[in-house]
Amino acid sequence: MINLYEVSETNEMIAHENLDVRTITLGISLLDCMDSDLDKLNKNVYEKIVMTARDLVSTGQDIEREFGIPIVNKRISVTPVALIGAAACKCPDDYVTIACTLDKAAKEVGVNFIGGYSALVSKSMTKGDENLIRSIPRALSETERICSSVNVGSTRTGINMDAVRLCGEMVRATAEATADRDSLGCAKLVIFCNAPDDNPFMAGAFLGVTEADAVINVGVSGPGVVKKALEQVRGKGFEELCETIKKTAFKVTRVGQLVAGEASKRLDIPFGIVDLSLAPTPAVGDSVAEILQEIGLERVGAPGTTAALALLNDQVKKGGVMASSYVGGLSGAFIPVSEDQGMIDAVKLGALTLEKLEAMTCVCSVGLDMIAIPGKTSASTISGIIADEMAIGMVNQKTTAVRLIPVIGKDVGETAEFGGLLGYAPIIPVNQFGCETFVNRRGRIPAPIHSFKN
Amino acid sequence: MKKCIVTVLGKDTVGIIARVCTYLADNKINILDISQTIIQGYFNMMMIVDVSGMEKDFRVICDEMDALGVDIGVTIHCQREEIFEKMHRL
Repeated sequence: MINLYEVSETNEMIAHENLDVRTITLGISLLDCMDSDLDKLNKNVYEKIVMTARDLVSTGQDIEREFGIPIVNKRISVTPVALIGAAACKCPDDYVTIACTLDKAAKEVGVNFIGGYSALVSKSMTKGDENLIRSIPRALSETERICSSVNVGSTRTGINMDAVRLCGEMVRATAEATADRDSLGCAKLVIFCNAPDDNPFMAGAFLGVTEADAVINVGVSGPGVVKKALEQVRGKGFEELCETIKKTAFKVTRVGQLVAGEASKRLDIPFGIVDLSLAPTPAVGDSVAEILQEIGLERVGAPGTTAALALLNDQVKKGGVMASSYVGGLSGAFIPVSEDQGMIDAVKLGALTLEKLEAMTCVCSVGLDMIAIPGKTSASTISGIIADEMAIGMVNQKTTAVRLIPVIGKDVGETAEFGGLLGYAPIIPVNQFGCETFVNRRGRIPAPIHSFKN
Repeated sequence: MKKCIVTVLGKDTVGIIARVCTYLADNKINILDISQTIIQGYFNMMMIVDVSGMEKDFRVICDEMDALGVDIGVTIHCQREEIFEKMHRL
């Protein structure tokens, strides 16, 4: 039988170490909403989302109350909209009407974000894909809760450099369209390589076409819990360090599995996966950077950071995998800058640079995340940074992503404020040398060879 | 049987257990196990209870226990047992 010590440990994690379930994300397939008539398509999309997700928020709240575990976000991901709108949308503005419909549906059911305003163009683009990508700046500036993503590369197809170039331009255009809010629109736009179909985390969530009609995916969190546990093994060897991370990740993920199972049962929607990520927030004690410091770095970005992060990421997966029946999504340690107080401090102190962040993305989930760069950064430089990150994903057969925010009107030394879970970020310097000639080449980078590993 | 864990945390005072137990009895909640300690003057109690006989909605019970805690000057939580079971047992 459960004892007082175990109950206290769990409740201590919840009360003082920021243990929570970060998100219950309901994936909804919109494939059956397609129509060549735009109005009819919008009507179908709205009705399907509102019908499927009507009990999502209240069910999440019931589970929170009964188990005493906070569920921070209830969200929705949908089939990539480029596919859904392809028959009805003749121009970018037509796609914006779907964005507005999704936003309206999200507000109606009470979710804070809806992801899937996306295009999958890892090899090349259809006219519909291109129209959607071109509509992103307007869609993100005119809506509140839409999240957008574009998959521009994969290990099997290589990197679609035409899409990379276009995305660089769209990141810049989105920044300009939302310049009055510190270019907030870019915080809701992710460029992917090897994007997963079942990711519950925003802004990159969408429901892949291989998924069911509706599915429950859950994202856990818990950097604070890992940090606290590691305080007990200061000065000990790597064996104890790794065992502690694994055991803690197991406990955290079990909570996610429990919540996912309950939500699935109550909503009568199949359970998909648990994403066992360490997802930080700007709250004190909820930071991945603090874990790395606890492992032994003076600041994130110091030599040893990549090795420490590789260790952390791997142990989180090893501990978490056994705790859940199905693991998926991005699963690993997130290293967003603006959403992690320790990362923000490291950038302010000059310990952490864009180049070091890029190295770190080779060994952890996701990529260059929530990084504010000078507003004057050109579209071609943004495309160059995207191409670099996509290459890391393509060659290493992993998901990588870029969520950069060129903060219009601000430069190095200033700070961008996004508010809430999105946090704030000091603007980080970007290499001043150009890559325009490279980015302006047409076509795609071929898929890499998977032999002769060196 | 549907088990829940009631935890009571706060400054020690006269009659905490009595008042919590009275509330549980009034709501047909059966106590299966109690463990309790005092650490540096702070009262820390855990009860394993069976809520299958209770007539009120679980959320109403949670709210009323919250209110009772405020009244006594302690924090009372009532949570389904599974969260602890899942985390600490294979």
